[in-house]
Amino acid sequence: MSTNILQKELLGISAVWWREFKVFWREKSRIVSSFVQPMMWLFLFGSGIGASLSIGDINYRDYIYPGILTMSVIFGSVFFGLYIIWDRKLDVLKAVLVAPVTRISIFFGKVLGGCTDVLLQVLILFAFSFLFPSVNPWGIPLALLILLITSIALVSLGLALGSLLESLEGFQVISSFLIFPVFFLSGALFPIDDRLPSWLQVLVKINPLSYTVDGVRGALLGIHTYPFYVNLGIIAFFAATMLLLGSILFSRMK
Amino acid sequence: MAIIETRSLTKTFGKIQAVRGIDLNIEKGEIFGLLGPNGAGKTTTIGMLCTIVRPTSGQGIIAGFDIARHPTQVRRKVGIVFQDPTLDTILTGRENLQLHARLYGIPASVRNLWIEEMLELVDLRERADDLTKTYSGGMRRRLELARGLLHRPAVLFLDEPTLGLDPQTRARTWEYIRTMAKREETTVVLTTHYMEEAQNICNRVGIIDAGRIIALDTPENMIDTMGGDIVTIQAPKPPLNQIRSLPYVSAMKTSGDTIEITMKSAHLHLAELLSMIPEVISVETRKPTLSDVFIKLTGHDIRDDAAENSESWVETIARYRQRGK
Repeated sequence: MSTNILQKELLGISAVWWREFKVFWREKSRIVSSFVQPMMWLFLFGSGIGASLSIGDINYRDYIYPGILTMSVIFGSVFFGLYIIWDRKLDVLKAVLVAPVTRISIFFGKVLGGCTDVLLQVLILFAFSFLFPSVNPWGIPLALLILLITSIALVSLGLALGSLLESLEGFQVISSFLIFPVFFLSGALFPIDDRLPSWLQVLVKINPLSYTVDGVRGALLGIHTYPFYVNLGIIAFFAATMLLLGSILFSRMK
Repeated sequence: MAIIETRSLTKTFGKIQAVRGIDLNIEKGEIFGLLGPNGAGKTTTIGMLCTIVRPTSGQGIIAGFDIARHPTQVRRKVGIVFQDPTLDTILTGRENLQLHARLYGIPASVRNLWIEEMLELVDLRERADDLTKTYSGGMRRRLELARGLLHRPAVLFLDEPTLGLDPQTRARTWEYIRTMAKREETTVVLTTHYMEEAQNICNRVGIIDAGRIIALDTPENMIDTMGGDIVTIQAPKPPLNQIRSLPYVSAMKTSGDTIEITMKSAHLHLAELLSMIPEVISVETRKPTLSDVFIKLTGHDIRDDAAENSESWVETIARYRQRGK
């Protein structure tokens, strides 16, 4: 009996996951734009600054590669989660929410769906890693692990915010007051060391995404501030907290 | 055995009592209509029965499961078609059904078979692999009906299933509902604004007004309570007292030079009646409909709640004031 229930919940999770994947695959333009924007950062911004700047003996463009991967994950994940505001407006979610599946399972299905989308976007960026000579391809699996856990955290955060917000205006607010600050304060575009003003150091250190950038940079470029297990531990804790918060808020949603 | 049973089911939103104690017994296989103006509590009642809305008090049992204590089991037993379309427009018709099948735990071995059957039933096989955003309003409704029935629920709830469809499509949609209810032996509970349609399709109807069920019977019995056929006669000098005293006249209403007479067996007595009235300009005989019943019971037309008719607004407010006392 209880295995039967578990089975049905798992089927429910996979149903939501399957739906998200279908939608992702169908909206090819979203895949393209999710790839074009980071490439512009790397080649238009990175090459421009890189012409007159290296960090250590690493070209600036290569240096921000881990940061731009993280940026892709931040934007992709949070926006994926926030997208449920739109789903609710269009009543797409209504039919799913009345199904005999717990809210938690629907939430997990959504998280899995979001992570899959984001991970595919990241894999496309990894496919172009050969354009960045300093990147060590053997570090990709570890980098993927960190990015995946980060994505779990941020999709959950997006869903949590999305279940609180009623209108699409929330998109703008969250984009300006959460996503951009978190991105700039993650060390994605500059090294975190004692040369930073102390206020900036504090903000960077309390930002969980800094540990993602540090972990990915360590894995791919061999330069990092913290040991790998510290980065991994902090990110995992962040993800667990967000999963908990997200599942609570999603269950309470209207 | 009743498949749906409610006892004083109540829902209060803040200070507003949306549903004020509803008692229902709906038998297996019935097509039951819940009729009432906007804001009467129809959608809230259906919401409680589908376990989307939590009842404030009272009890409801569907297919043996309590709606408050075993919502998941209830959900497995019911199908819902909402008032507003809830299809995933970025998925195809078939994908919408596949998603639903998984969410409702339909075993993989029969999933595709059931989906094909349903697509066949609602005549959507040829369009099954097109995105539902390319579907017409009628096709979307049909797909939603198919989705609501896919997991073979004991009860199918339809909240205004024909709202916003053109008359022809509406007629066809009802045809589908009838066929499916029969074939799948599903109990159907529906709400609608269209009284004639309710009259045609429902075995029984409940008229709900201001959160209460004020009448509950078969459409035929309800119409019988009107006391016969309605004859409208236009004549300048009708002998009113004489007409009123006729044994087969049950009610009479005058406005200007027109009198509306409710009478039994008009086909037998109309000739006699007309012989009593001088200078008849026009005569019209019709059978009463559920709309007439509704007007008689609630004092207003079900369509009036569109708020275009200021007079009915005044009436409505007056009615609510009276209730308050």
